[in-house]
Amino acid sequence: MTSLTARLATGPGRSIAWRLTLLLTLLLTIAAAGTVVAALSYGQTAATRAFDRLLTGAALQIAERISVVEGETVIDIPLSAFGLLSLASEDRIFYRIIGPEGQTLTGDETFPLPEVSARNDGPLLYDTAFSGEAVRAISMQRFLAERAVRGPITVIVAQTLRARSELASEIVARAVIGVVVAGGVTLALALLAMHLALSPLRRIERAILARDPKDLTPFSTTTPREVEALVAAINRFMARLDRRVGAMQDFVADAAHQMRTPITALRAQTELAMEEDDPHKLKTLQRRIRDRAIGVSRLTDQLLSHALVTHRADSATLEQIDLRRVAVEAEREARRTGGAEGIELDLPADPVMVEGDAFSLREAARNLVTNALAHGKRPVRLRVSVTGDGRALIAAHDQGDGMSAAQLDRIGERFARDASNPQSAGLGLAIVAEVAGFHQGSIRTATMPGEGFEVGIELPLAEALPTGNPGEDAA
Amino acid sequence: MTRSLIPLAVISFLLLQASGSAEAAETITRFEARAAQSGELVIASVTDLDFMRPLIAAFQELNPGISVTYIEDTSNSLDASVSSACADRGFFADLVISSSIAQQVRLVNGGCAREIGSPVVSNLPDWARWRGELIGLTYEPAVMVYNKAAFSENGPPRSRFDLIDLMRQSGDLNGRIATYDIEESGVGYLFAFQDSAEASTWGRLIEGFGRNSVATFCCSSEVIDRVADGRAYIGYNVLGSYAQSRADKDPRIGVVLPTDYTLVLARAGYIPREARNAVAARLFLELALSPRGRTILDGETHLLTPLSGPAALAGSGGEEEPAFRPIPLTPALLVSLDRAKRAQFLSQWRKSVTPPTP
Repeated sequence: MTSLTARLATGPGRSIAWRLTLLLTLLLTIAAAGTVVAALSYGQTAATRAFDRLLTGAALQIAERISVVEGETVIDIPLSAFGLLSLASEDRIFYRIIGPEGQTLTGDETFPLPEVSARNDGPLLYDTAFSGEAVRAISMQRFLAERAVRGPITVIVAQTLRARSELASEIVARAVIGVVVAGGVTLALALLAMHLALSPLRRIERAILARDPKDLTPFSTTTPREVEALVAAINRFMARLDRRVGAMQDFVADAAHQMRTPITALRAQTELAMEEDDPHKLKTLQRRIRDRAIGVSRLTDQLLSHALVTHRADSATLEQIDLRRVAVEAEREARRTGGAEGIELDLPADPVMVEGDAFSLREAARNLVTNALAHGKRPVRLRVSVTGDGRALIAAHDQGDGMSAAQLDRIGERFARDASNPQSAGLGLAIVAEVAGFHQGSIRTATMPGEGFEVGIELPLAEALPTGNPGEDAA
Repeated sequence: MTRSLIPLAVISFLLLQASGSAEAAETITRFEARAAQSGELVIASVTDLDFMRPLIAAFQELNPGISVTYIEDTSNSLDASVSSACADRGFFADLVISSSIAQQVRLVNGGCAREIGSPVVSNLPDWARWRGELIGLTYEPAVMVYNKAAFSENGPPRSRFDLIDLMRQSGDLNGRIATYDIEESGVGYLFAFQDSAEASTWGRLIEGFGRNSVATFCCSSEVIDRVADGRAYIGYNVLGSYAQSRADKDPRIGVVLPTDYTLVLARAGYIPREARNAVAARLFLELALSPRGRTILDGETHLLTPLSGPAALAGSGGEEEPAFRPIPLTPALLVSLDRAKRAQFLSQWRKSVTPPTP
């Protein structure tokens, strides 16, 4: 048994088919064994009953031929009684007939009597042994009520068990053959059914194997319900992989393109500077080189940030976070990277909880601020609030004129840069849009004539969470 | 080069058996081994030795190292000896062959035999074997023998009906009918009992026997002797093997297979539980039923075998084919041995056969 369990656990490939085969075989074997045991008992009973009838018949025939003639008990054993018993052709026959006083009238004087003496109300069948063999015997009484002879005459007829056991074993043998055949057929059918039932798995396996390594489209194979979840998981996984691969390819393409232009310009300006003798012009060139370098640095920063945000959109686990904390951290970050003087924080007194990725939200907030600093008019205010319709808002506000209608249309697109500003990489709001997207949020802009421009992300508020210790709630 | 069979030592002696009123003759003949003796086979039988000699010779030819001791006795005496040996779990013989098949069945039923364990057993027809322990070795019809001179005019009776009519119609057969003494002879009793079970002719037959003062004898040979010398005209229920082999030599007698039905007896043999040389006994039985044994038994002894008998007897009954009724070796034969049944049967026989004392 241990080996079976072990093989079940570690059998070839631990395949479902292998397990099912083993279990089915085991179950069928148990069922077959049970049937055989039942057949054994049934065979014994049936054989015993059949041959007990012969015994009873023979005893009845003998008892019927007991009579009293001229004051003497006459026992005229009919040939037919023994003919009947001879139907069990290979069995030895014994008989004994006992008179009212207990004297043996004829037959085997030593044949054992039943333990309980047979009563008048019927024959008594019993098992005993005689002449070195087990025998089945019947004891039957006939009452004589004649003037000369009065009392019970006991007729005992017995037979050895050869025919009985032959019949029993024949019944059992047939049952066993039947069970074995039925078991074999059942197993074969079960294996066939299993083969058919498991064929979708093989189909999926073949589909996966046959697939082009670059093909990441979802499987369209029809699948049984049991493996739908599995296929769906595979499809989800592949979609994520597809997105990831796509994003990476985009990133690499974008990065290559975006980096090449300013770096080429930088190199050209550097070369110009090397040939320039006029200190005044040189100074101008140096300033331009510095601006360009800042631009490249920002671009690199934003490209990496965008890549990180895109990556996290697929993999980060969302958690409960307070938007106020995000704002504080974003402000501190912006201040650290420089050029962020004059940022104000406008935070409510209560926490504004959302479900999201802290890093991504912080990057979004930082980009909002940086964007406002770059394109808007100071002072810049980073504001967190809860809107009238119950959504969380984090937004950067500046005193500028905001965006043109054309710019608003393209908001969130990558490299929608302001051509006049070499420091703009055009990625800031793209990152913001990306973050908003994977938080089920949206970009919100508001142009307030005379009061400046505001752009931010609107997010769903987190479900109200039980505050404090959950244990107290339970109590 | 067939050497004439001369037993190296033939010990024959008579034993007066104390038990029972009947005098029993037990003859023991010993056939020494033809080569260095490696074993002994003791056969106890009621068959006349002369009938068994050729078979024993063939056996020793095949098994020269085995000496054969042949004990011949009457059926009842043999049955008594074998029964008491069986009851005491003592040795009496390695092989018991008797024509008194009811007694043989009783011994086997009493657990005195052992399984023969030979393929020859299953070759036999069902009626000639029981439990794989008792097998029929011969195929001997119960026949009527007649004195040819006495029936020269009208021919002998062909059936029991003819015999009954003959006994009724004339007094010619008075005192001229011989048959077994069924109280004395096991075979006689068996034939009579089977007759009574077989057909209603039995009652009329014994009535006729009584009216014609039937003479009864212990053995087939005595009946045949009487018929041969004319003291009796007809012998009823004589063993066909004896009758036919006598008729072969003696032109005075003829044999009739009754056409209404002809009982057939198969001498039955079994190997006793206490046999010392069961292997030799089995070899002997196998030889008896082998092609060679069949040739011997089908020969001048006319014992035949259950395998060859039906074919050998076919056509011997003249124009009307007799209906052969082999007596099956089954426990039903025990009924004939039942004390009460036997007492009734014999008393009925006596009443009919013994002429009422005036």
